[in-house]
This record gives sequence, C-alpha cells and structure tokens, in this order.
Amino acid sequence: MVSPNTPESPGGASASAAPRSIKDVVIRLAGNSQDGIQAIGGFLARLAGRSDQDVMTYMTIPSTISGGPSIFQVRMGTGDILSAGDRADLLVAFYQHSYDAHIGSLRPGGVLLYDADHVKPAEGDHRFTNVACPITTGTIEAVGGTAKDKGKNIYVLGLIARIFDLEVPKLTQLIRERFGGKNEDIVRNALLAFDAGYAWPQNNLRDLFYRFEAIDRATAVSGKTQVTLDGNSAIAYGFLAAGVRHGAGYPITPWSSIMEILRTELPKYGGVFVQCEDEIASISTALGFSYTGNVAITGSAGPGLSLKMEALSWATMAEMPIVVVNVQRGGPSTGMPTNVEQSDLMQAIYGSHGDTPRVVLAPKNVEDCFYLAIEAVRIARAYSTPVLLLTDQALSSRIEAFDEPDLKALMVAPGPDRTERPADFKPYPLDRQTRHAPAGTRIASGKYPVVTGLEHDEFGHPTGSPKLHSQMNAKRREKIKALAATLPPPELGGDASGEALIVTWGSNYGPAREALERIRAAGVAAGHLHIRHVHPLPPGLEEILGRYRKVIVAELNDEGVYGFGQFTTLLRARYALPSIVSICKTDGLTFKVSELVAGVARHLGNATLESLVSQARPSPLAAR
Amino acid sequence: MSTAVATPPPPAGAPLTKKILTADHPTWCPGCGDFAVLASFYRVLEKLQYPHEKIVTFAGIGCSSRFPYFVNTHGGHFIHGRALPFAAGISLGGDDLHVFVFGGDGDGFSIGGNHLTHTARKNVRITYVIMDNSVYGLTKKQTSPTSPIGFKSKTDPWGALDQPINPMRTLLNSGATFVARSHATQVNHMTEMMLRAARHDGFSVVEILSECVEFFEGAFDAAVPRKGGNWVLIDEKKNDGSAEDAARHDVTDEVAAFQLAGLGWPGKFGVFYENKTRRTKNAIEAELIAKTREKTKGATDLALLQATFAKLR
Repeated sequence: MVSPNTPESPGGASASAAPRSIKDVVIRLAGNSQDGIQAIGGFLARLAGRSDQDVMTYMTIPSTISGGPSIFQVRMGTGDILSAGDRADLLVAFYQHSYDAHIGSLRPGGVLLYDADHVKPAEGDHRFTNVACPITTGTIEAVGGTAKDKGKNIYVLGLIARIFDLEVPKLTQLIRERFGGKNEDIVRNALLAFDAGYAWPQNNLRDLFYRFEAIDRATAVSGKTQVTLDGNSAIAYGFLAAGVRHGAGYPITPWSSIMEILRTELPKYGGVFVQCEDEIASISTALGFSYTGNVAITGSAGPGLSLKMEALSWATMAEMPIVVVNVQRGGPSTGMPTNVEQSDLMQAIYGSHGDTPRVVLAPKNVEDCFYLAIEAVRIARAYSTPVLLLTDQALSSRIEAFDEPDLKALMVAPGPDRTERPADFKPYPLDRQTRHAPAGTRIASGKYPVVTGLEHDEFGHPTGSPKLHSQMNAKRREKIKALAATLPPPELGGDASGEALIVTWGSNYGPAREALERIRAAGVAAGHLHIRHVHPLPPGLEEILGRYRKVIVAELNDEGVYGFGQFTTLLRARYALPSIVSICKTDGLTFKVSELVAGVARHLGNATLESLVSQARPSPLAAR
Repeated sequence: MSTAVATPPPPAGAPLTKKILTADHPTWCPGCGDFAVLASFYRVLEKLQYPHEKIVTFAGIGCSSRFPYFVNTHGGHFIHGRALPFAAGISLGGDDLHVFVFGGDGDGFSIGGNHLTHTARKNVRITYVIMDNSVYGLTKKQTSPTSPIGFKSKTDPWGALDQPINPMRTLLNSGATFVARSHATQVNHMTEMMLRAARHDGFSVVEILSECVEFFEGAFDAAVPRKGGNWVLIDEKKNDGSAEDAARHDVTDEVAAFQLAGLGWPGKFGVFYENKTRRTKNAIEAELIAKTREKTKGATDLALLQATFAKLR
C-alpha cells in the first residue's frame, strides 16, 4: 500500500509478508508531555470511532504544568473493548527514560519500537521484538526547515498506521480536520511527517504487519454512527441535552474541562456559566440559579467538594435541585491530583452536617457519563433534591467511541415554570413532593414563599417544633426512598448464582467484566453486578447478593481501619451479609484485569485460579 | 408562625402597601435598630411599586439576616456569608427580578468578605443592605470585624485588640458601583439611600449603622443629635456652576470618596460613590449571548448539539 499524500513515496514492491490477523492490540506511547503523545492517541481513537474498531484509551498526564514524562495507552480492536488493557503489545519509547520506565509494561513477545536517536535498549534482552527507528531524524528529514523535531508524533502515527494497516484516507482526513484552518504549512508538514513514518516500515520491517479481524456484521451490536470523546466532555454535553443552561464553578483538576466546555458552549444556548471566586461561591451561585427555576450544575474534585458541603446541606434542607459533579482523584488533601481513586464515596453520600439524604450516581464508562448526566438532572428536577455525579480522573480524560446518541429523543427543554401557583401553594407540603415556585412566579394567594436552611413549617417559616422537625426529616428521607423504588435493577452479568459475585461501581465496570470472563473460563461459577445508582441503592439487591458464596466488591480506595472499602462498608451495613468482602487498592491507577482475577482467587481460596494469573499471556504480536 | 392567614388576596395589580408586604412578626429584641431598617424598606417598596412577584429578598445568617421572613416577597435564608453569590445566581438567572440582600457586618465583612469583593467587581445587579451593629449579636456578644478597638466582648474581655474594617473604604476598594452610608435612627435618609441604591443599575451597597441594644448599646450615639452626637450629611455636588459647588463632594470621584471615608468617627452620611458608566455583568453576559447567537444564526438547541456531535464522529 502506498500513501496517497506524496507522489514521490516509495511504492510498488513490498518486502513484507501478508499481514497477520489480530483481534485487538494495546499500544503504549511513552514520551514527554510536550511531544503531542495525546494527539496520537486522539487520532487513533477518532479513527477507531469511524471504523469498525472499538476503542478505549488510557492517559496519564503529569501534574507538572509543562514537560515531564507522559504516556498514552490505547487499546483498539474488533468488537467491544472493555478496558484499556493490563499490559502493552507495542511500546513506542521516545526517550531513554520512557524505555526505562515502561519496558516492564510490555507483554512477552511484544514489540518495542524505539527512537534510535535517543534510546539504547538493554543488551541481551530477547523477550521482545526490538525495532530501532530513527524517529527524530526521520521527522526532521521529512519536514525540514525550522520545525526541528516537531511532528514526531505524526511520524509515529504514520508508523502505526502502516504496521496495523489502518485506513489512511480516514487518518489523513482527520489530520486535515485537526490542523486545517490554522495554516496550510502546518497541514503540509503534518502530512509530510505522516508519509515519512508510513513509508519507513516498508523497507525496514520484514513481518511486523497486522490487520484487525473483520467485524462480524451479523452479530454486531450496532451499525450506528460512532462518536469519540472523553468522559468530561460527555458529562458537559449530557447537561446540555438535559436542558441545563446555568452553572458555576472554580478550576480544579480534573474537573476544569467540564466548566471550560460549558463556559464556551452555554452562550450559544442562551445560558450563563459563571467562574466564581471559590468553591463555596460556585455552589451558592448554582443554587441561586436553581432558585430561579433554572436547574443548575456545579462541580469539583474532592477538596472542592469538601468546601461545598455546607451549601449542599442547605440544598437538602431547602429542597433545592442542583447537580454537583465530583471528578474523584487521589486523596486525602491535594493527594495525587492527576491519578484515579474512588475515595470520595462516603463524602458524597454523607459528607455534610446533619441528616442529608441526597442522590449519588456513578457512571461506568464514557458513554454512561453522557446518559447519567441527563439522569442526574432529571432526578434533581423530579425530586427537588441535590444529586451528585461521582466520576473519576480515569473517566475524565479517557477517550471512548460509542453510538451517537439520539439527541432528538433526549433533548429536554430548559426554562423555569413561572405559571401562576394556586392560592393553596406551599413550598414544603408534608403530604406532597416539594415543587418550588421560582422567583418571578405569581402566587394567587399573594403570600410569597421563603426557601430556607432553618427547619421550617410548610410555608418555609422557621419552627422550633420537635414534631415538625421529625416530620420534615421524614419528608426529605421518604422522597429519596420513593426514588429508590423506581430505580431499574442493576446490570448482572455471568452466572445468576455461584461461587463469587464481583460487585463494582464507577469506572471499574470494564476491567471487572473482562475479569469475569477469565474467571468463568477457568470453570468458576461467577457473576458481576455493576451499580450506577450508588445512593440510594436500587431494590432487589439483597436477593441477588444472597445467591453467591462470596460477594467481592472491587473499589479504588483504602480498606480502612476495619478492612473494607467504602462501598463494601455501606453494603455490609445495608445487607448485613458476612459474605461481603473487598478488593481495594490505592496505587492511583485503574484496576488491571489480572489484579481482579487474583483478588477473586484469593477470596475464594482457589489456587488454580490464582496460578492462572501468574501465567504470562504472550502478546498477539509475538513472532511466530 | 405560619403566614397562612385567612385574608383575601389583593387583586392583581393592586398597589403594594406595607400591609401586603408584611409577613412574620420580627424576632428582633425590642429597641433593635433593624426594626427601622425594615420600616424603611417597606417604604422603599411602596415607592418603587415593582410587580410583587419580581421582588426577591435574600439573606445569610445573623440577626439582621432574619429579614426575609418579615417581608412578604419571594425570598430566602441562605448560609452564613454566602448570600451574595447566591443572589448573583438569582440576578443572572432571572434578569427581570429585583434582588435585595440583607445582612450584618459579620456576613458582609468577615465570613463573606471574599464574596463581597468579587460580586462587586463583577458588578452584578443586586442591592445589598449591610446592617452594621459592630458586634455578633445572634451568638451573644463576640467581637465583630467592625468592633472598635477597646470594645469589651466575650471574645475580648479586655477590649478588642484588632484594627476594625473601614466599611466605606472596603466597599470602595471592592469596586462596588454605588456606595452609601446611613443610620437606623434616620428613617427618611435610610429610605432615600435604599431607593437610590435600588434604582442604581449595578451592584449597590448601603451600610446602615444599626444599634444592637442588647450587646453594644450606644455604639452609634456619636451620630445621634439627641444623644449629643453630630449627624453630618455629605454635601453632594449639584453641578450648578455656583462658587460653593466647587467644595461639594463629587460622587463620581473615587479618590474624594476614599478621603471622605477616612474622616474620624462618626464621619459623614450619604452617597460616597456612584459609577453609572461601568456595565453590569448582567448586560455583559446578555451581550455575549446575543453576539454568540448571531454567529450561530439562531440555530435551535437541538441543531447546535447535533452539530457538536457531528464533529465528534
């Protein structure tokens, strides 16, 4: 195959053998953050979205502002991809430090592709297929001029495109879309770098050529158009679909990109997003918006959520709808701001003073970020309650491809309901769901309502009545219970009963589903239960949990003083089952499939299953 | 305490009167200066005659922050110090609303100090009335940010040690576009100041010295003539070309206002500063929306979001 972009590309005779068929591949790109490594990942993700491959990416960004090591891992293949993959099949190492830090992540038989200008691999290491490619000089020769080695990332994209037989017209179209509009020279240079990278394997590699299996169209789940985006974008667009036109926030990693998108997008929709002076002002302003009948959103990461807690308690007391996003990162305190953790669950559910029943939802993947954002706004409106959307750092920056949503069916009309309220209107009726009359609404009785953080009577006026405090606490609790009764049963995969039930929430969904398949393939009867409505819990769980010998909850937080993770603790308190145990870890990374299989094996005392984990599985790229 | 009284509702469009605007009976101590502020506020609303449902009264926490329960309008009682950002949400979320915030010196200058600065610099259309009693009254006599040095409180039994805030200088510095000062014993003056503040297009603040008779009796006597004090009004420039006009205070002159705010206790009362040229955040955001929508040629929300997703294919 010849690149179509430069007529002088070498063409014709190929030294290579026919490409080998593979199902999926994990590519890890390791370099520095200014090398545009994320851009390669972005191109591959977008390409996969436009092809038959599914894709999931994994990205780490150093918490330093510019420079420093950075990696991007992308797994692409045929059919559903559930996790970013435990270990890499192809490692592209830009520098010696990239090689040193990441060679351990390469599977036996995998391919090490390194920049011969910068990297010297260990001598005598024959575990991998080593490919020395002059990435830096190749880029400089191709682009020329003053660009130096800028464009190395696009050169590598060309290499990968050739090795995996990717669709060049689609990729070059993506390059044009990405760089077009800036400067024709930039597009030209990018295409030159791409072509040079694409041409290099032709004469330098003998048999490292692969092609993804064709998708079985008859059994394919969807033939729909795919969209490719990260979790934070999916949340922001979900809010737009849900009719949210107002919000407020304060920058904090990894939440900021949600507020950046909304600040940019909302004016188009006639909305306002306010960047506030601090976290407290952000939630206060958002509650002010909600009070005008424009259900608003705010968000943060763990430390900022702590600052919002007093106002969140007010929202419960005043029964004011609001959606608060919390993109969890490593804690406590500033902790590990660019790493993933699920340690804010208790804070999300119970973080405020007083009894504060509220709703907590956790998306399972990027697609779910979009749909749960809509669901969060729906619940906030319907139950006049604060709702927390508990996502995490891994989801925030991960790029996935999924079916384009049917926006026509999903769009919710924004705007306050200012129709006049009848004379018997009360903001806090004891026998009905609170439906606030937004400021600006006429009340037929001429008596206007007060919304308040003091315990109040049905009209919102302060009361010290012990009876009313009990009744109002019950009102606030019962509406959350009423919501719980309407929740759909959670997704149960695998065996309906047996030895082990893996329970997950949040972004652990994918790795757990893969782990389940490996565990069942080893002959263990096991199921996987994933919970998106984390609080309140959906009905019927007790019966499901009781069907397995061990209920093993996998979560990214510490096992705590009593040996159980945060969600595990809640499930034990709620269902009082001694069979509920934890797999916890806090290394700042998402679960590997092998870690979950090992954890399940340990809890079951199943040595066969445990030994399965230690068997190294060779890379599909391994030389025959 | 319920407001569900069996009186017939006023006919739609009936003029707003004190009777209509009255809600719960105030919980303040007898003799509290805040009663007079409330009475003045009824008069302000009677004069303004805004549509009843478009008036919003909000507050934070403190004695004075009980205000919204005593006024029959849309309103609420938020958390300590955060009423201003909440009110910013109301103002920007409902541009046709008339938003009044009431609070004390603790709310405004201590726990909520940062919000005062930022709401002021953004010039959000809000009228903010600070009822300053120079003491924490609801919690029964602790030193407040405006307590003078030497004031004996439960937290400073030997007398307050820290330099108090100068409210006028703080407000001028914050970027508030209307800054005035009044005294709870001067009902006509208070009414005039609040009226001018309400009519100001932007973030307007009136600080009212309002005595706490329980915990800081006589705090503001220095400005009460019948107690031997001096009630001195700011002589505002009339721009009439007269010789004496040159010596009068120009309310558009920030430096002059700052100097005026530095006068010895009890200082002068009236409008210190007024800036009619700075635009409100309400107007700026509305213009941003209008300009953005011009570019998207009035596309529907659905079409806009569909176009965004088309780019993600």
